Amino acid sequence: MCGIVGLLVKNLTMRAELGALMVPMLTGMTERGPDSAGLAVYTAPVSNSQHKISLYSGAARVDWPHLLARLKGAFDQTASIEIHDNQAVLTSAANPDAVVAWLQARDEPVAVLSVGHCIDLYKDVGAPADIARRYKFAELCGSHLVGHTRMATESAVTPAHAHPFTAGRDFCLVHNGSLSNPHLVRKHLEPLGIVFETDNDTEAACRFFEWRLREGDDLAQAVERGFSQLDGFYTFLMGTEKELLIVRDAFACKPAVVAETDDYVAIASEFRSLSHLPAIEHANIFEPKPEEIYRWRV
Amino acid sequence: MAGLVQIAEAREFDLSRDSLRQLNGYLHKQAARDGVKRVRVNRPDGAHSVACGLDADLEVDIHGHVGYYVAGMNQRATVTVHGSAGPGAAENMMSGRVHIKGFASTAAGASAHGGLLIIDRDASLRCGISLKGGDIVVGGSVGSFSAFMAQAGRIVICGDAQDALGDSLYEAVIYIRGSVRSLGSDARFEPMTEADLAAVADLLAKSGMSHAPNTFKRIASAKNLYHWHADADQEY
Repeated sequence: MCGIVGLLVKNLTMRAELGALMVPMLTGMTERGPDSAGLAVYTAPVSNSQHKISLYSGAARVDWPHLLARLKGAFDQTASIEIHDNQAVLTSAANPDAVVAWLQARDEPVAVLSVGHCIDLYKDVGAPADIARRYKFAELCGSHLVGHTRMATESAVTPAHAHPFTAGRDFCLVHNGSLSNPHLVRKHLEPLGIVFETDNDTEAACRFFEWRLREGDDLAQAVERGFSQLDGFYTFLMGTEKELLIVRDAFACKPAVVAETDDYVAIASEFRSLSHLPAIEHANIFEPKPEEIYRWRV
Repeated sequence: MAGLVQIAEAREFDLSRDSLRQLNGYLHKQAARDGVKRVRVNRPDGAHSVACGLDADLEVDIHGHVGYYVAGMNQRATVTVHGSAGPGAAENMMSGRVHIKGFASTAAGASAHGGLLIIDRDASLRCGISLKGGDIVVGGSVGSFSAFMAQAGRIVICGDAQDALGDSLYEAVIYIRGSVRSLGSDARFEPMTEADLAAVADLLAKSGMSHAPNTFKRIASAKNLYHWHADADQEY
């Protein structure tokens, strides 16, 4: 079991409240996912020449300012860093692939959580409320968010196995359910040079969709292709720079509820994560139908 | 009891303040001791198992949306949800009446042995799965695999059905007004008899719905799966 939550604000003045509206959504799904939690927030984009890289150090102590100084020396004097406990968001004009390779080559105890123009990513093990406090989720601003609370059923409880999963740029995915053929998907993708970081089933779906995006599909086409390639139970919620998308498997085994008003669209595994939202009593509330793609553009 | 507001012979709970255990404990035991017949529940906010396991002549009105298993295992009570319901509404109901005024999620009325479940809007997949004698009336449409292995009871669907309606039916009967995307294995359309028309009229009247009974079609088991066929294609 897991909990998924998503929020996209249409009313631009609500972008400042994005995180505050999300925290009760995320903590409301604690019973569905008490072991780990995470979220991806889509903020105002950095300039075209820059990228943001979300980094995570786990239990290791990382001297982030020192890391930034060395990175500046190696690549980019204009680089900057925002530090949130054991997570940091690095903004740099250097090629992000080169920065990631540099971090890995230096054996820094940091994991790369996301790369993009808009996405910041936070995930960790522990109770959702603790994680929300640790990273000050209530203060997050932006256009849309994708969140997850995890109850692991098929692979280990580690920060790397927590959701959201990311691949490529500005793409993330969270999953409630379990896939029965992740190894087959992986066997298909690895010869194409696609590298996996965990043995988690959701990572296979995430890398499959991102591969299709790079091959020229739009997200809905990629998801349609997934109907025949991904076997198992799923409610997937995905985010890109421009949109939020939800899809459920043909059996609708895992729940999802959508509440939409003129101001926002909010998605959760259950209504109890939506009940606090403004004007919820006037929202259009519905369940996504199986194998139907629902998408909202920023 | 803390958190209660007394209004004549009725009681009111607010689940943003009162615990679910307080509410259900009251409905199970204290209501009868107090001679209370009507209970209003405000702010359920998607809570699970609201008014679950009742066995009393109570009227419970829930104002808002509920989560999993509302009115599960109900006996005798009349439970009305003025909102929508999560998975397993009125699951394993034995008797009484459960009315969902909005939509119902998956497995509504699953395994119900008796009583009447009314859903004003759509029911999701697996509505009435393994029905064992209860009646279900759906004002809207039902999702795939509804009435799967339903053994006894009746399901009236005023809208459409998705795939595999009535798969592996036993003695339960389905009446549907709209279209069926596909019938399940061993389910078949049959002519409406006078008794069927009367049954549909009765169930619609009890549910406050006003369609003409002769606009419904009957679906029941062809009973070809009742016995083992040694010559049948056994490949899966």
